[in-house]
Amino acid sequence: MSPNLLISGGHIIDPSQGIDKAADLLITKGKIAWLGDKGTAPSQSDLTTIDAAGLVVCPGFVDLHCHLREPGFEDKETIATGTKAAAKGGFTTVCCMPNTNPPLDTQASIDYVNKTVEAEGTVQVLPIGCVTKGRQGKELTEMSELANTGVIGFSDDGDPVASSRIMSLAMDYSHALDLPIIDHCEDKDLSDGGYMNDGWVSTRLGLKGIPKAAEEIIVARDLALAQLTGCKLHIAHVSTESSVEIIRRAKEKGIAVTAEVTPHHLTLTEERIMDSQLEKHNQLTYDTNAKVNPPLRTEEDIAALIKGLKDGTIDAIATDHAPHTSVDKMCEFGLAAFGISGLETALACLLSLVHGGQLDLKTLISKLTSEPATIIGTRYGELGTLKTGCRADVTLFNDFASKGKNTPFDGCQLKGKVIMTIVAGKIVYREKPE
Amino acid sequence: MKAIEPNPSIATPETFPPPSVDVWQHNHLLDLDDFTQEEIQLVLETADAMAEVLTREVKRVPTLRGRTVVTMFYEPSTRTRASFELAAKNLSADTVSLDASKSSIVKGESLIDSLCTIQALGADIIVMRHSQSGAPYLATQHVNCSLINAGDGWHAHPSQALLDLYTIRRHLGTLANLKVAIIGDIMHSRVARSNIWGMTTMGARVILCAPPTLLPRGLDGFIDNCQLPNVSIETEIKPALENADVVMPLRLQMERQQSGLLPSLREYIQLYQLTMERLSLAKPQVLVMHPGPINEGIEISPEVAHGAQSVIEEQVTNGVAIRMALLYLIAGGKNK
Repeated sequence: MSPNLLISGGHIIDPSQGIDKAADLLITKGKIAWLGDKGTAPSQSDLTTIDAAGLVVCPGFVDLHCHLREPGFEDKETIATGTKAAAKGGFTTVCCMPNTNPPLDTQASIDYVNKTVEAEGTVQVLPIGCVTKGRQGKELTEMSELANTGVIGFSDDGDPVASSRIMSLAMDYSHALDLPIIDHCEDKDLSDGGYMNDGWVSTRLGLKGIPKAAEEIIVARDLALAQLTGCKLHIAHVSTESSVEIIRRAKEKGIAVTAEVTPHHLTLTEERIMDSQLEKHNQLTYDTNAKVNPPLRTEEDIAALIKGLKDGTIDAIATDHAPHTSVDKMCEFGLAAFGISGLETALACLLSLVHGGQLDLKTLISKLTSEPATIIGTRYGELGTLKTGCRADVTLFNDFASKGKNTPFDGCQLKGKVIMTIVAGKIVYREKPE
Repeated sequence: MKAIEPNPSIATPETFPPPSVDVWQHNHLLDLDDFTQEEIQLVLETADAMAEVLTREVKRVPTLRGRTVVTMFYEPSTRTRASFELAAKNLSADTVSLDASKSSIVKGESLIDSLCTIQALGADIIVMRHSQSGAPYLATQHVNCSLINAGDGWHAHPSQALLDLYTIRRHLGTLANLKVAIIGDIMHSRVARSNIWGMTTMGARVILCAPPTLLPRGLDGFIDNCQLPNVSIETEIKPALENADVVMPLRLQMERQQSGLLPSLREYIQLYQLTMERLSLAKPQVLVMHPGPINEGIEISPEVAHGAQSVIEEQVTNGVAIRMALLYLIAGGKNK
């Protein structure tokens, strides 16, 4: 049993309760026991006090979208390494995508993940089930059975359901189960094997482009299907201005849609592939660490995504943490794998928006805690909150320096660092003093 | 650059002086986007000297004796590869030719590992052709020897652009204020991309003319962002050809039609084939160029391809002189 913890002298931000003040937080028996003025906590036996002076104390982050790669791609990441990275990044709950091998399209494969998490996981992992068997887009999975294993929604992430008919049937089923379809929106016929955003940089580099419309077409289609079926639809990794507009209009109409955006789509543009921000190269970089799907877009898109976050069109920030081996990335741009490893750099990267005055800290924290928790619902208890009685998932961070690995932020001096991550009252990550 | 001893066994003993380090700053040739007008001028002038060597009975100088040039072609090529190998031999370099389709690449070796192996074998200059755009940029991050891009994907083919510039300069004296029409599959053309940089740097205007489906959607943005006011886009051939000084149709690959980019070859021929009649819209002394290989009767009529204005064969000859100049300059630049 972990000791009771008193987190003292920090700046507590809990958007779920509208708290934004200097206060102390008491954790007993793995739950939030008390929150109040400094030095006034009820006395406890077996108490460890954590000095949080100068730190922000907030609910543990909730990531709706990551790839833990197990089973099948253990050379890229495992549940053990991925959840450790999550803890280091301040995430206490992560939802893992089902594009593993075998994919999470049966009760057995999801049971495998749940058991491995229990044995080796550092943070809470909530699996997402496949929409279709083998992620082939042809036949629905046994969605009801998958729901019983505890999936938080269904997704064929990476290989979106091409058939409108199959997608409408999936939504009918998902609606009956009261679970969202989590939608990777891409018309693969239009993206046609492209590598990066279709625009001036792809033209300059001679790389095949992925038009923004490839995303927007499926966003629009699936919103129409959500309206038809009544199904909750969650749009994954929104990357374009028009997608934001389409989602905004759908929300105004009352369609049950939520949306997420990644830290990299909020902070990097397509130009990152061409030349590094880090050093002034004379030469083009073709940086495969910036190869991701959906691709990095433009300044206009970033502005629209930030606006969407502020006005509530976009509910959550999710990492789309997609780890790869160096072999997958140290190769020709066209042959390199898509994906950015994001769990460890998310906070620092997002804080750059706060430091740049584009987003306030409270909104940022709500997009990492209470809002994604709302999308998951309460079947796992209340997440993303510091309410008394809730499981004590807490993150402490500061505003200084950090860095990461298969990431376009590598070597970048970002400000902000997770100092401690607590899951169910247990310290799962503590920053080592340098 | 190391002093190279004249070799009495070689008929033409003189060597070239090392290139001026004030002008020449390149260890590699990746594209022409980072070349100044002076640097391009130096390549062209050096090629003049090399062209003189090519007129001799024994077309060989000892300039790169003891140096090893390796050609690695990950894509089929006839003229570019032969041209580089002859150029290297004419400079007395040792040459090794790797056919990537028959080598370790088919055994699953990565590009980086293959390059490191070649370097370990003692290559001074690697000449690489690759189907993936950007492959030579990856290469230079992992090897220390010099790298010459002999074509990467849709991105760049700088030695081709330089031989085009050289050919134009030989006939018309200067590139300044010339109107150059490049016609055809701009989207997939590394030749067009490198020529955009080379020709505009030398003061020419470039008109890119193609069916709308063979123009990259980001072309306008490319022209704006890279500040290339002398590049313009046409979807009709007539305005592209009017008063042109140089016309360069590009090879049209048959699979473009099969993948739906063109309604039919028949229509392409009707709208874009360079015919005698269309050529009469250009200036009387117009040069007809082509990067090859030609699809006669598709992008260019046989009469034009073999007509009085055609310098297509001469481009091939000039290619050897240009590549000799490049190997010489790069080998010299390396040791500065």
